Amino acid sequence: MADRAVQISPAFWLSLTIVALIGGSAAMVALRADSFALAPHDWAALRFTVLQASLSAGLSGLLAIPTARALFRRRFPGRDGFVRLMAAPFVLPVVVAVLGLLAVFGRNGPLNLGLAALHLPEVSIFGLQGVVIAHVFFNLPLATRMLLHGWQAIPAERFRLAQSLGMPPSAQFRHLELPLLRAQLPGILMMIFLICLTSFAIALTLGGGPKASTLELAIYQALRFDFDLGRAALLATLQFALCAAVTLMAARFTVAQGFGAGVASHQVMDGPSGWRRGVDAVMLAAVAVFLMTPLLGVVVKGVPGLQDLPAGIWYALLRSVAVALLSAVIATAAAVSLAQAVAKGQKWTETVAMLPMAASSLVLGTGLFLALHPFLRVETVALPVTVVVNATLTLPYLFRLLLPELRQIQQDYGRLTASLGLPPTAALRYVVLPRLARPLGYGTGLAAALSMGDLGVIALFAGDSGATLPLLVQRLMGAYRMEQAAAAALILVGASYALFWVFDRIGSHYADA
Amino acid sequence: MKTKLLAAGLLTIATQVMAETPVLTVLTYDSFTPEWGPGPAIEKGFEATCGCDVQYVTAGDGAAVLARLKLEGDKTDADVVIGLDTNLTASAEGLFAPVTAPANTLPVPFSDANFVPFDWGYFAFVYDNTKLKTPPKNFKELAASDLKIVIEDPRSSTPGLGLLMWVKAAYGDQAPQIWADLADNIVTVTPGWSEAYGMFLDGQADMVLSYTTSPAYHLIAETDATKSAALFDEGHYMQVEVAGKTAHTNQPALADAFLAYLTGDEAQTTLITTNWMYPATTPKAGLPKGFETLIQPTKSLLFPAAEAESLRGKAIEEWQTALSK
Repeated sequence: MADRAVQISPAFWLSLTIVALIGGSAAMVALRADSFALAPHDWAALRFTVLQASLSAGLSGLLAIPTARALFRRRFPGRDGFVRLMAAPFVLPVVVAVLGLLAVFGRNGPLNLGLAALHLPEVSIFGLQGVVIAHVFFNLPLATRMLLHGWQAIPAERFRLAQSLGMPPSAQFRHLELPLLRAQLPGILMMIFLICLTSFAIALTLGGGPKASTLELAIYQALRFDFDLGRAALLATLQFALCAAVTLMAARFTVAQGFGAGVASHQVMDGPSGWRRGVDAVMLAAVAVFLMTPLLGVVVKGVPGLQDLPAGIWYALLRSVAVALLSAVIATAAAVSLAQAVAKGQKWTETVAMLPMAASSLVLGTGLFLALHPFLRVETVALPVTVVVNATLTLPYLFRLLLPELRQIQQDYGRLTASLGLPPTAALRYVVLPRLARPLGYGTGLAAALSMGDLGVIALFAGDSGATLPLLVQRLMGAYRMEQAAAAALILVGASYALFWVFDRIGSHYADA
Repeated sequence: MKTKLLAAGLLTIATQVMAETPVLTVLTYDSFTPEWGPGPAIEKGFEATCGCDVQYVTAGDGAAVLARLKLEGDKTDADVVIGLDTNLTASAEGLFAPVTAPANTLPVPFSDANFVPFDWGYFAFVYDNTKLKTPPKNFKELAASDLKIVIEDPRSSTPGLGLLMWVKAAYGDQAPQIWADLADNIVTVTPGWSEAYGMFLDGQADMVLSYTTSPAYHLIAETDATKSAALFDEGHYMQVEVAGKTAHTNQPALADAFLAYLTGDEAQTTLITTNWMYPATTPKAGLPKGFETLIQPTKSLLFPAAEAESLRGKAIEEWQTALSK
């Protein structure tokens, strides 16, 4: 009993902190409001937000299944590099990614030049299709990687058994892979839905006009131009309600696999040959082209400005890296604790851990500003605040990555560790962490990279010194210095990606060891 | 007891240090303070004479500056605010103290009890003159053409709001029709100026909503003469950027001195080629070489602040409805 209490309390306190931070900031904003009313267009914004987020999540998930499956069962030169490079879109700053996508799908991009050569009409990326393409660009890699972890976690004996029983690929899919999808896909879809829920710059820039207004834009308008704090608080509440509804729905549809533990970790599988090999190859090639060409665009645009960078860039880089590392460590520790609590049966914790996904960073920043401003000069705490906010905002990603594996571990080893009477720290050290290495490395890397790119909050707190790299990119762009901005963005992407790579590498090193 | 003494001692030292060099806190937008912006030179120039320490605090764009000031309320540390424009000042009622404005050289008479203008510009559509030989001469020609434009959202950016006011000032009640006609020319609406301008430079659109002074940047800083602004015969709407002294400042004399410096010859000269706008008072040395190539609108449009504020909500509504069809 005492053992149980010790395990519950950190997760409980963490949950309380998250609720206080997210709910409290919205409450701070609400407290300063004079009136509460939505604007007439807000309902249209809600409809569009849900529509684009559903489409983006659905399409990302749908494409991720064959991609992850192909990656799991095929081996080819550069496969590991490919898997790792796939994370790159996710860590791109939004503005940079949009310009990268435009380089490919825009008016002068290869797609439209090709169409023109064939005398076909130009395809516009602007509109709902553009918003969805951009969101798939960001989230397909994430969904693929999460599914791949799932596939890799299926004990290899199962596949060997299936093969020795002479199961055709379709039967293998039904008996081994479908249960995996049922366990993982609802969570993945929910997560992408939530990522797209708070989309602001992508929806606006590629949406083509006010038809494509999202809730986040409405919040921005309310806080910046109208100073209508009541409306901002209402909109934030609407986002929370959506988040809670979707999280609960996903939890309902999730079915644990329960194969039982295996001895052999994943190993090279021989995928079916024949036409299936061709399908896998085409799938992987298509995904590679889709994800890599915009990245190539970012590199090509960034290189010319590299010789002419502003002096402040290296300090900004240093600050960003420090912020990213600190927030990644905090987020990882918190996510392990929360996901373990959920795996052991505390269902409500799941909703709390996902709550930051629905938080508007502008509302969060404004709330924190209102809370801190009476007591100190906010510029002096810009970086600590950014660390805390980034850790909170990246927590759900890590949590989502770790939860399926922790559930599996709990199911496979929970009774054993309990019967052995292993203390929680020993269980973590000898049972949990070795099996968690792969998603843990990937997740921590992702959290670090995301924290590098995030500037939603720092912009509210920064003084004239202490700019982070994303803020510097924004300032350069705001002063006609597009070439320098592109170069600084390239450095940002490079550094984010390097951080991600290191953690991911460490993770797979321990997983394979 | 010891700690109390220590605390008292430290406090005394701190107060003395503060008494020796008073701090002037200046709240401004993001693009004012970087090493390439006007901030550093103006700070250095003013500190040379004031015996004070100028500290900048930044917040996004002009709208963010105002939002921050409102959030801080009467507890604000800011003594001076730089970077609101006349579409925003009316809602800043009560936050600023009266100031005496020096004479300015704006093309329209401008005076405001609480604000001094420090620079200004005309909104305009900028294009690449190697690709577009005969630019449209007004909104109607633009709407009738196949030209693709990228504009900023009036709900999230000050240039976007400026364009809205431009169409309203030129066409009044017919503004919704103009927007409906422009709908098929608009490639997309971006959250801010930099996304729109970046997309234009990338070739995603033929024209972008920016300023008549934008070509001067390319000409002077990049020796690139390929960018021009289209002259519209309806007239061009102005953006007048202003600075003011907060109502709750504890450094009123320093704030006044700073505003005087900001509108003086030295700072005005700096602003031209760092903010890439027209100075509120043309410096004695005149405008830098290259500015004479810019288009000169014959008609300047500008709503008084109070009118802009009262028009804003309805104009956004009209814009949104016209473009949502």
